[in-house]
Amino acid sequence: MQSLILTTATRLLVALLLVFSIYALLRGHNLPGGGFIGGLIGATAFILYTIATSVREARTALRVDPANVAMLGVGVAGLSGLVAGFVGQPFFTGQWLFLFRNGDSYLPLSTVLVFDIGVYMAVFGGILTLVFALEQEI
Amino acid sequence: MADDYPKVDRVMGGPSGWISIGFPAVLFLYFLGLLPQIAQAPQVHGIDWVPSLGIRLSVLLDGLSMTFALLITGIGTAVTLYSARYLGQHPDYPRFVCYLLMFMVGMLGLVLSDNLIALFVFWEITTIASYLLIGFNADSAKSRRSALQALLVTGTGGLAMLGGMIILGTVAGTFELSQILTMGDMIRTHPWYMGILLLFLAGAFTKSAQVPFHFWLPNAMAAPTPVSAYLHSATMVKAGVFLMARMNPSLGGTDAWFWILTLFGGVTAVFASVMAMRQTDIKQVLAYTTLMALGTLTMFIGAGTHYAIMAGMTFLVVHSLYKAALFLMIGIVDHATGTREATVLGGLSKVMPLTGLAAALAALSMAGVPPMVGFIGKEFMYKAGLGLGGLGAFWVTVMAFAASVMMFAVGGIVALKPFRGNLRPTPHAPHEGPWPMLAGPLVLGALSLMFGLLPGVLGHYLVGPATHAVYGEVRTVHLYLWGGFNTALLLSLLTFVAGWLIYRRHEAIRARLAAFEARSPIDFDAGWDRLLEGFKGFAAWQAALIQNGSLQRYMAVTFTTFVALVGATYVLRGAFTAGVSLSTESVHPIQWTVLALICAGSLLVVWTHSRMTAVAAMGVVGIGVALIFIMFSAPDVAITQLLVEVLVVVLVSLVMLRLPYLPRRSRASWRPGHALIAAGTGLVTTFLMISVLAGDFDRRLTTYFEATSYPEAHGRNIVNVILVDFRTLDTFGEIAVVVMAAIAAFALLRGAAPAKRDTEEM
Repeated sequence: MQSLILTTATRLLVALLLVFSIYALLRGHNLPGGGFIGGLIGATAFILYTIATSVREARTALRVDPANVAMLGVGVAGLSGLVAGFVGQPFFTGQWLFLFRNGDSYLPLSTVLVFDIGVYMAVFGGILTLVFALEQEI
Repeated sequence: MADDYPKVDRVMGGPSGWISIGFPAVLFLYFLGLLPQIAQAPQVHGIDWVPSLGIRLSVLLDGLSMTFALLITGIGTAVTLYSARYLGQHPDYPRFVCYLLMFMVGMLGLVLSDNLIALFVFWEITTIASYLLIGFNADSAKSRRSALQALLVTGTGGLAMLGGMIILGTVAGTFELSQILTMGDMIRTHPWYMGILLLFLAGAFTKSAQVPFHFWLPNAMAAPTPVSAYLHSATMVKAGVFLMARMNPSLGGTDAWFWILTLFGGVTAVFASVMAMRQTDIKQVLAYTTLMALGTLTMFIGAGTHYAIMAGMTFLVVHSLYKAALFLMIGIVDHATGTREATVLGGLSKVMPLTGLAAALAALSMAGVPPMVGFIGKEFMYKAGLGLGGLGAFWVTVMAFAASVMMFAVGGIVALKPFRGNLRPTPHAPHEGPWPMLAGPLVLGALSLMFGLLPGVLGHYLVGPATHAVYGEVRTVHLYLWGGFNTALLLSLLTFVAGWLIYRRHEAIRARLAAFEARSPIDFDAGWDRLLEGFKGFAAWQAALIQNGSLQRYMAVTFTTFVALVGATYVLRGAFTAGVSLSTESVHPIQWTVLALICAGSLLVVWTHSRMTAVAAMGVVGIGVALIFIMFSAPDVAITQLLVEVLVVVLVSLVMLRLPYLPRRSRASWRPGHALIAAGTGLVTTFLMISVLAGDFDRRLTTYFEATSYPEAHGRNIVNVILVDFRTLDTFGEIAVVVMAAIAAFALLRGAAPAKRDTEEM
């Protein structure tokens, strides 16, 4: 499908959607969002790009095989659970690190966030695997 | 059989051979050193494995496990030494050694375990090792079938046994055998006793090949001869006997135990000894006599008196010694002459005097001739049988007598006939076996003689402690060769006379049995095939019924099942009487609008003529639902719903493009069946929602999450905190499913794709 309007708009929208998907992922712990929603938004961005251009270009833009992203996501999520084992706690107990503490503000880093990133990758990669396979046929 | 493979030049099997001989030999000496200690008092050691489930890797060293451990390592040494020469030049010999050592570890773990679950794990290791060893000659279809049959029969029994173990552990409150064995009275009077007993016996009877599960064992002789000697005669098949002996203090002593074990054991013993007469292949003869021994052991453990257990434990040692020797002997004969047919062999003692000697010692013990240890075993069996009360005494004695008579005759067929008379022509010119192969049978045969002459040693160190462990309390055990003139001795003499008469006429009897077998309608092996065919047929039938490949059928089955099950629950549990009042007063006008939108979308899906319109209309319905989520302040769910709806529309449109163009078919036509299912699903779901809302809303979880979300999980978005922190394991499972589904769909699409797609992808 060739449409000048769609192609042009897509350039802008894809970037916005991708940034927004990361934003949704990171704010998820305190506000609506999270890995699942972020992954869905990210996948939408690439689906839009696929429709505007072609599967081949979308694959090139993604650089890696979406199936690998998905499997890596499950691996990252599983590994984040193992961290708790090093401090003698049960599998998947969240571990937290509060950096740059300054009064009430600080940067919280946690295995929970790593897990959410795994969820993001699994959802993102899983959906794109499916969509690319379906699009490619036609 | 042992000769037709490409040879690899290895002396005694190379490093694999030495490792495989050294391992059991060192362990044997170690256990031998522990023997005096264990004869005094049992020991328990252990470490935690899965503490939350009460699973420990713990060891119970008592007379019973000690006797088995010595048999496993002792006969193991003889068998590995033998195999190093028998199979040492086989290209797959290292693989064989791996399986054999794996079996040895499994079997040792099985007999030494103090924890039921650990015991089950080791039990299954022996099952798997047995499967691999029976199927060692994997290019033979017969081997593969026999291996699979053994695996399925013993594996099924093992699963039943696991069920019994879990129930027993629940009843006793622990999986530690050393504790369970002291709770006999409580377990025997527990209402679940019968269930536990039957499940345990299912495991024991399949593993120890009791009729009607016996058919796998003669087939298992497809394995190389050392394996038959080791697994399928001396050790693994006795695992079932071991289990019954082990559980005797907690499960034994009831009428059910007595009659089930003595009946099955007695029938197995006599049936097997008659079948042994029927065979011409000496290895098959030995296979059936093993069945006979297993039946006898089961019968005496079932009889349960102190004397009976003592007789059983004595016979256990006696049988392992002579049967391993005989199997190894027939392997040598097979190796040297190229045949195992009893009808062909004769006069071998002239060229194979040492093999003949080993065979004679073992067979004399099997026949129960004094001064061999087999005589002691038989005498005590008769005494134990006669000492039982009432009908039990009659049954056990008669069965033991019949089996012993047959053993005498079979001893002649196996060890007398091939070696006496004139040398007969065989496929190879016979020669004496090499020393590594002769050592095992000769030592085992010598032990049969030595224990017969020194019964006190056997009684003090092995049979005595083992009997204590099985019987559950300490009583003096005194084994002796000469017990004076009594009924048992008279029965022994009768056994010899009857056995000799049968041996003299064994060829005629065999012909008669063969003719009878040909006419008999009962064939267990064929029955097994029919059972498997039946299973496959059933699976094919139900797959064709439910999974016929039509999406419409899947949907119809799924939704009809849903309507039927939930609807039936409604009617039976009387949910309609709950008295739900529906009021429309609190519904906001915007909500009415969204409701109208959803209804309009649904109607459009049903009435439209175009697939694309239907897909888009489905999207409208989904977005309406998302709006409802927003109204009830669930932004996370609403966002997800919106995104998923968009994706579904994209995905379904892509799928639609791939469907064949059939404009006529999608014309809305009245399909009463579909309408009925749709209406039913809608109604049931509606009632389900109404009854859920009618109940009081339990806020405990909500309160908990509200209270703990920020302090404990550092997050204010409860939905996300639940997903990634409180219920992480669930989410992990879900994303794994997402990825697997995507990959499966990808594989399906690829599989269906024409070849040109691959080139496009390049």
